[in-house]
Amino acid sequence: MPKKVVSGNYAAAYAVKHARVEVVAAYPITPQTSIIEKIAEFIANGEVENLQYVPVESEHSAMAACIGASATGARTFTATSAQGLALMHEMLHWAAGARLPIVMVDVNRAMAPPWSVWDDQTDSLSQRDTGWLQFYAENNQEVYDGVLMAFKIAEHEKVNLPVMIVESAFILSHTYDVVDMPEQEEIDEFLPPRKPLYTLTDFENPFSVGALGTPADYYEFRYKIAKAMEEAKKVIKEVGKEYGERFGRDYSQMIELYRTDDAEIVFMGMGSLMGTVKEAVDILRSEGYKVGAAKVRWFRPFPREELYELAKNVEGIAVLDRNFSFGQEGILFNEAKGVLYNTDARPIMKNYIVGLGGRDLTVNDVKAIAKNMKEIIEKGKLDREIEWYHLKR
Amino acid sequence: MNTLFGEKKAKAEKLVFKSVDEYPEAPITLGTTLLNFTGDWRTFMPVVDESKCIRCYICWKFCPEPAIYIKEDGHVAIDYDYCKGCGICANECPTKAITMVREEK
Repeated sequence: MPKKVVSGNYAAAYAVKHARVEVVAAYPITPQTSIIEKIAEFIANGEVENLQYVPVESEHSAMAACIGASATGARTFTATSAQGLALMHEMLHWAAGARLPIVMVDVNRAMAPPWSVWDDQTDSLSQRDTGWLQFYAENNQEVYDGVLMAFKIAEHEKVNLPVMIVESAFILSHTYDVVDMPEQEEIDEFLPPRKPLYTLTDFENPFSVGALGTPADYYEFRYKIAKAMEEAKKVIKEVGKEYGERFGRDYSQMIELYRTDDAEIVFMGMGSLMGTVKEAVDILRSEGYKVGAAKVRWFRPFPREELYELAKNVEGIAVLDRNFSFGQEGILFNEAKGVLYNTDARPIMKNYIVGLGGRDLTVNDVKAIAKNMKEIIEKGKLDREIEWYHLKR
Repeated sequence: MNTLFGEKKAKAEKLVFKSVDEYPEAPITLGTTLLNFTGDWRTFMPVVDESKCIRCYICWKFCPEPAIYIKEDGHVAIDYDYCKGCGICANECPTKAITMVREEK
């Protein structure tokens, strides 16, 4: 298999090329820009056939163009970051509501002010209720694999929902790493052309999309989306397993478990920071700590069942949130704690707010968190539920 | 077809879904404007007095829906399935042949 040394953004662009995407509509925003620059370069060099790039004047228009393109049956892609994603918000509901399998890469970036271009998950997590599936990539390879799998999952007959692949600003987007890319023929076998649920170019049977839904009908369509999200869990596991069989990297778990078999303390989190956490787990294990890592790959649909299983055998879960819901707590912490409320397994859970706006989370930080968790478990009582870990006191 | 002198336009069957499984996967409809019977939004209904009507068809031109059609004899009639009761026809009628009447439901 060919290997390339690429940035996270170029990995995404190559995946778009290899997935034989037909329409890309996007607006440049730091740190996403190099994704669409690379795609434009593919087109300029004649490396892709049948790919239309639609330059638009804002992210709201980008998503609107994607919705139109996807409704005609085309395989559609866009990419954005932070304020751009927020500007798309209205259209994100539209894409999911109309059941259009658009795939987007969101390069996680902190929301302003203060103006920031560094990593923070609050932008994508703010879109959790739009009906989009969300996949958090740990490294450049996962960005590439994620985009390819996203099209297959999104376009699955039981799903038909849009998918967001999330990567960290700069930590992944602009950092080069070896990415293993299968041959085009192998990808074509894995990802056949899209079979749309409906197509606006069906001139024999005209219909309207986004028609009025009175109180008599709206409710049922919401249920259909909820059901498709549940179905998506099965599809994600199937597609992840198939990807593993074909290309050697297995994505059948929605939560990737790392050394959790006999772990007392588990670090839970999403995205690139889990690479650091895994490194810290190895070091802590060599020092005698029984720790493990649980990387939540898919945040929507939320892997409830896998979390039940994990929680049964651990004493404490340290949830590392690179995001914050003001007035409440870290968003992953909030979700995970909520899932476990009605189960018998209720480990001690503590929320560490880390890395906001691109602040580094180092191996030593994770070690300090492990020590803190161990003390809490020994006492059997939380010191505090939410800790702003890096705060200058 | 809704031509100048013609029959009332073809009417679609209103789609009624009895269970969630009968709904289409995506919220798409065939011929939406025919299927949505917007007439039940109405509070005041237009009533045409044919003795005052001079067949100028200003009401027909101004109706935004269009819920007004022209009968074989040249008089206008209202399609109450789609008339929302906006009253533009009554306002524009030069001979006051159309009046808005509170509808008993």
